[in-house]
Amino acid sequence: MTILAKHAAYKSRYDRLRAAGVDPFNVSFDTIISPTEGVMKGKPTILLGTHNYLGLTFDEDCIEKAVEANRTQGTGTTGSRVANGSYQGHLKLERELADFYGREHAMVFTTGYQANLGVLSTLVGRGDHLMLDADSHASIYDGSRLGGAEVIRFRHNNPDDLYKRLRRLKDQPGDRLIVVEGIYSMLGDTAPLKEIAHVKRETGAYLLVDEAHSMGVLGETGRGLAEVAGVEDDVDFIVGTFSKSLGSVGGFVVSNTPDFELMRIVCRPYMFTASLPPGVIASTLEALHKIRTRPELRADLMRNANHLYSGLAALGFETGPEANPIVAVVMPSQEIAVAFWKMLLESGLYLNLALPPATPTNAPLLRTSVSAAHTPAQIDTALDIFGQVGRALGLLPADRRRAAGAV
Amino acid sequence: MRENHQLSVISNEIDVANRSVRDEVASIFEQVIGHPVQINDDTDIVEDLGMDSLGVMNFVMAIEDFYDISIPLDRITQVQTVADLIAAVEELRSEA
Repeated sequence: MTILAKHAAYKSRYDRLRAAGVDPFNVSFDTIISPTEGVMKGKPTILLGTHNYLGLTFDEDCIEKAVEANRTQGTGTTGSRVANGSYQGHLKLERELADFYGREHAMVFTTGYQANLGVLSTLVGRGDHLMLDADSHASIYDGSRLGGAEVIRFRHNNPDDLYKRLRRLKDQPGDRLIVVEGIYSMLGDTAPLKEIAHVKRETGAYLLVDEAHSMGVLGETGRGLAEVAGVEDDVDFIVGTFSKSLGSVGGFVVSNTPDFELMRIVCRPYMFTASLPPGVIASTLEALHKIRTRPELRADLMRNANHLYSGLAALGFETGPEANPIVAVVMPSQEIAVAFWKMLLESGLYLNLALPPATPTNAPLLRTSVSAAHTPAQIDTALDIFGQVGRALGLLPADRRRAAGAV
Repeated sequence: MRENHQLSVISNEIDVANRSVRDEVASIFEQVIGHPVQINDDTDIVEDLGMDSLGVMNFVMAIEDFYDISIPLDRITQVQTVADLIAAVEELRSEA
């Protein structure tokens, strides 16, 4: 018996996976050589599962800005902004984010996870009501526990169910905060935001949208799903991350809410952790500039997303409901999912193996994410590998040998 | 096993209005799980009935719809047995 014996159920599942010769949660690369390529055990590997949507991790300008900031301001801030003060970069990034979203206020966090932890626990507390989509990210669930508000789940992407649950609250006191995501990270589906905004207006609730996977990805100017749905005025808070389309690490919230600055002295996940180092702030600022000035990156991204999504469907795979940069392939069983994932990796294709309970249904998923930096040839190669493995495992009929490149 | 709490959940024809919460919960449970089960007050919803977290969520949402209540997450985490669930439902109905 060890102190970790309480996790025995997870251990036995994990041991079974490792006995099958894979450890999907502990992959290591020899090196990463571009936004779309790594080397694993000496083998060049296409990265099709790293959420590097705009491919900015190797952008020359972003790298130069980070190098310059490291040289001039040092490698770290060695503490929180409350204790050690803000650098000019922190303030500038907050101004730029507020400007990008057309909001008055912005606050930067050290990770996207902490942004949700901090914002949710600060906006609602004891006596308030937090309405979460059932498929919310772990950071939202964890943030919901930190503040002490009453947490009510509604059925995924179901505005009627949300409305019903808000109605059940009747005249109970306390604020109501609805939390949804722009693009859901498992299946790549978007929230029905127009309808949810309608429910918000009807019921007098506040609305928070986590645009982690949709910032820089969706919308005419890359502001995400709220921009696409035309309901930005109804969204009271937007939370996001720097670790996907912006290619670094960190999180943020933007809002027009009065007294926003109060958050800086009551939001514990902001106050009690070291702030982002100058190099990260500098590359993030430059990446935000790229989002605003290079719309062709979004066009390339969606071209690749459509290419992969339609190619997988044409091969005969069951995918998520929408062609977005996250494309999930539904697997019939854990055994097949694990074998499939392992064979993909051995063929030089890396993506995410997602197993229940992390998945929205009991089906395991092979989760891919495309980048603007993928070439059409890389997507074709990925489709070829998917087809080969699918046929080898008997998921696709042997005669369905149409070239993925022809899709 | 307390005999008087033994339930057969094959009781769909019983008039809904006359059923106790326990009967109703059992009936809903059967619909979610898809086959008849024997449950009593001490039945552990996860351990005895082999439900995964998704199954529990679907079950809880069906209960919520039936009674027109919402069971907050912190209340759900306190529910281990059928008796716990019945207590939560009855308390939330009385508050509604």
